Amino acid sequence: MTFREKAEILDADGIRRALVRVAHEVVERNKGGEGLVLVGIRRRGVPLAARLASILKEIEGLEVPLGILDITLYRDDLASRRDQPTVHSTRVPFDIEGKRVVLVDDVLYTGRTVRAALDALMDLGRPECIQLAVLIDRGHRELPIRADYVGKNLPTSRKELVRVRLTETDGEDRVVIEEPEAG
Amino acid sequence: MPLKSKDVLGLKEMEPSEIELVLDTAASMRDILGRTIKKVPTLRGRTVVTLFYEASTRTRASFELAAKYLSADTISVTAATSSVQKGETLKDTARTLEVMGADVVVMRHPASGACHFLASRVRASVVNGGDGTHEHPTQALLDMFTIRRHKGRLKGLVVAIVGDIYHSRVARSNIIGLVKMGAEVRVAGPATLLPPCLEELGARAYSRVEPALEGADVVMALRLQLERQQRGLFPSTREYARLYGIDRNRLSLARPDALLMHPGPMNRGVEVCSYVADGPASVIEEQVTNGVAVRMALLYLLLGGGGDGS
Repeated sequence: MTFREKAEILDADGIRRALVRVAHEVVERNKGGEGLVLVGIRRRGVPLAARLASILKEIEGLEVPLGILDITLYRDDLASRRDQPTVHSTRVPFDIEGKRVVLVDDVLYTGRTVRAALDALMDLGRPECIQLAVLIDRGHRELPIRADYVGKNLPTSRKELVRVRLTETDGEDRVVIEEPEAG
Repeated sequence: MPLKSKDVLGLKEMEPSEIELVLDTAASMRDILGRTIKKVPTLRGRTVVTLFYEASTRTRASFELAAKYLSADTISVTAATSSVQKGETLKDTARTLEVMGADVVVMRHPASGACHFLASRVRASVVNGGDGTHEHPTQALLDMFTIRRHKGRLKGLVVAIVGDIYHSRVARSNIIGLVKMGAEVRVAGPATLLPPCLEELGARAYSRVEPALEGADVVMALRLQLERQQRGLFPSTREYARLYGIDRNRLSLARPDALLMHPGPMNRGVEVCSYVADGPASVIEEQVTNGVAVRMALLYLLLGGGGDGS
């Protein structure tokens, strides 16, 4: 099936503004940011977490440790997938015990990725709490999971695709919604 | 890109890109071994059987730990205490394990080619844990992984393999794999323990050890397989140790940053002296740890996606 672009949801400025707002909410909710750590889910959660970290430094002077989570080994669809996902490294170079972890991803959809990420985090230690920040929440949850910080809520149909493109991974900053080519 | 075959029979059957994939995946698995909770749920509900017709400590323990760290179930069958003693054939034993639900059969067998025989007769994945004097692919993969971890590459490195090449499946798999990955492989040992046609595999043979060691990046000492030495291929282990044993002087011929490796179990004072085996160049213990990571990678690549491979 081929997809064509239906609409642009966010441009570079839109992404930046959404992240700045999320960063402010994170500070507010965590009373200044004591014990805060950011963990990005591979792939696009990683650059988003890095951007949040630099915004937090800019606005509050906070040095927030940054981690990378690869959830491949925790997926619930390994046995049913035809293609085999490549295993990448998890890099969380600090102890998450007792920390306030903000998990970062690009799109929240079924919630299954976040479920896997929660399991992966728990195997690394026992944080004080885990919060979830996403750039886009497109609905259609299959699990009782919700985001604490949302860049943009985007009602979609299941048939559509939400594509987040970031400079670090895709050469441009843009969020678009795509629909199947008719016929 | 997953592995092309359902089985891991030898390095001969693997392409350089597949070897690369195994080593890259193993690097991610290695991180899990450093955690407090060494377990991920990836292979829940899968079953790995180790079927060993020959003695083993590390290969078997390593495979079982690798499977357990990935949450697979394991059973181990030893020929000495199984229906093999009642005359069951290899094929029937393996079929029996398969219909009980085994997804992977890891086999070690004294006959060269036994794993190939089995692979075409069962649907489960067969992993060669050493077959006769043929191949021991997982050992070679873990050796290559260890070298790459320290040297950052395999291409262009000089690897000297010293000892009983003739009987060594570890040597054969390493020669095939390292040559495929672009390393220069030298082998040295008594002329009676050097098989013919080493050049065809891409290795250079030396009957004296010193020239083989000169400028080497890696020195790999092989175990003198005393159980296979009933034919008088060399006069005595003492003479062997004097002429081919890796000691301080011989190791100093290699590059100053050279690695000393040994697939284990060691005959200390024969093929390698304790001073260097426990010295700064030695990565012998690390090889064992890396073996678990490499076997985790293989199990994941065989079972982790695409269902049963049908």
